[in-house]
Amino acid sequence: MKTTSQQRNRQEHRKARRFDRGIAVKLLAYLDSHGQAFFSSLGRLLRMPFTSLMAIAVLAIAIALAGGFYIIVANMQQLTGSLESSNQISLFLKSNVSQQQGRTLADKLAARADIRRVKLISKQQALEEFKKYSGFGDALKALQQNPLPHVIQVLPENILFETPEIKQLLEELQQLPEVDFAQMDMQWVKRLQAIMQLARRGVMLLSFLLGLAVLFITGNTIRLELQSRRDEVVIAKLVGATHAFIQRPFLYSGFWYGFFAGVIAWLVVLCMVLLLEQPVERIASLYDGYFQVLFFGVGETLLLLLISAVLGVLGAWLVLNYQLRQLQPQ
Amino acid sequence: MLRFDHVCKRYPDAGDALMDVSFHLGYGEMAFLTGHSGAGKSTLLKLIAVIERCTRGQLFFDGQNLNRAGERQIPFIRRKLGLIFQDYKLLNDRTIFDNVALPLIVAGYSPQEIPRRVRAALDKVGLLGQEKKFPLLLSGGEQQRVGIARAVVHKPAMILADEPTGNLDPELSLEIMRLFEQFKQVGVTVLIASHDIDLITQMGYRTLRLDHGRLAAD
Ligand SMILES: Nc1ncnc2c1ncn2[C@@H]1O[C@H](COP(=O)(O)OP(=O)(O)O)[C@@H](O)[C@H]1O
Ligand SMILES: [Mg+2]
Repeated sequence: MKTTSQQRNRQEHRKARRFDRGIAVKLLAYLDSHGQAFFSSLGRLLRMPFTSLMAIAVLAIAIALAGGFYIIVANMQQLTGSLESSNQISLFLKSNVSQQQGRTLADKLAARADIRRVKLISKQQALEEFKKYSGFGDALKALQQNPLPHVIQVLPENILFETPEIKQLLEELQQLPEVDFAQMDMQWVKRLQAIMQLARRGVMLLSFLLGLAVLFITGNTIRLELQSRRDEVVIAKLVGATHAFIQRPFLYSGFWYGFFAGVIAWLVVLCMVLLLEQPVERIASLYDGYFQVLFFGVGETLLLLLISAVLGVLGAWLVLNYQLRQLQPQ
Repeated sequence: MLRFDHVCKRYPDAGDALMDVSFHLGYGEMAFLTGHSGAGKSTLLKLIAVIERCTRGQLFFDGQNLNRAGERQIPFIRRKLGLIFQDYKLLNDRTIFDNVALPLIVAGYSPQEIPRRVRAALDKVGLLGQEKKFPLLLSGGEQQRVGIARAVVHKPAMILADEPTGNLDPELSLEIMRLFEQFKQVGVTVLIASHDIDLITQMGYRTLRLDHGRLAAD
């Protein structure tokens, strides 16, 4: 009794093991067919370098256009972000406030944690500057009294664009008894911001269109590849190949097209950045700013390659889904 | 194995190719399908391989109603079949080995098993040792034997051959037919379309004769 149950146990065990091995073999064969499709599609690509190079070059140009505009906008954004004066606040003091009182106020403000720097411009200084730069020097001489107020320029600690804290600071300063009115030099920054937003939108739209172009170009390339291998496809269907099996190598082809185009596009944008680096840095130094030309970071590089490859696969998939059904044995 | 029940096939632009065809083929049976050119022989074979679908009637293969087989099942039906064509349908840019291995690769056989089975199939058709050659280096009879090796390499339940000897001289044709006979002897069902009446009578198996799409004699 005991022995038979042991035997049965052992038998079941053996059966289970055989079953496991069956699955393992199937899985291996499946992975092997993927590996084969992966490398054979690469091999085919390398074996017809002219056609594949042409296709990849066109794809790379499209991707480089999108990537290049992205980099340009990123750099412009950095440039506008580096303009410190963006959040500068000017406090016009009341006319009865003396210069001494102005200085005291300026020192008090400078001690605040949310203020980075202050600068007092006395009414005499202001008048001098005005005379020098406005061209109204003679007319102003006729004035018996200096009509200008003392001004304190305040640069907040937070130099980011329009945060609620800045607005609050502005209101607080406006409430000070010495202050006639407080003004933020933000108009042009806002305008610049709006332009940047437009540029970002533009890049998005452009990237979308170029992405579609990549999709269609890969699709068409794969269509041609499919046409040149139609005998193979038909015979594979006749011996019982599934749709998935037949489309696999073509999907990998699409992957390679997208991937290589992405790599080349990355190199193209790199060349562009290197060429532009010097002139841009010269401009930056003119504006007295520290500015380093931006390029794709690691994450952005991976994303670029991923998007390129996915578009390649997707373009192939769209065409295959339609064309493979058309391609029936006769 | 195979049952036709009042099967009709009409091509949209060419009219009826098969009309009210009914017959039954048992497991391990061997039969010839004959008739004049345009009688519907190829069409009948295509219905079995689900290359075409019948417009009326019922068609059973290995217990399965082929009318009800969806697109996804077609590959698996074809894996039970070995198809042989008049024009061999070999891939001329692939070696003999790769050609014969195709049904195994498609069905996901393991890489260890493929060479063994390919060699066994080539051995059966007398082409062992030619694996590395390309099809166009072989004679017509040899190419057809490669086609047969490809059709049997995955041990199908049924062989369908459409004019397998149409391009071969009588002596080679007989050799090929003897080859089919060997497969029948190991239990494979065989259906061969041919209009070579002499050859068919010489072989002496069951013969289905089509005439303008109708089954005229069994
Ligand atoms: N794909 C097709 N489209 C339209 N008509 C066809 C097609 N295949 C065959 N036919 C027609 O069907 C009839 C039977 O053809 P077929 O089955 O090839 O005959 P066989 O093989 O006996 O010579 C013929 O009249 C032929 O013109
Ligand atoms: Mg025919």
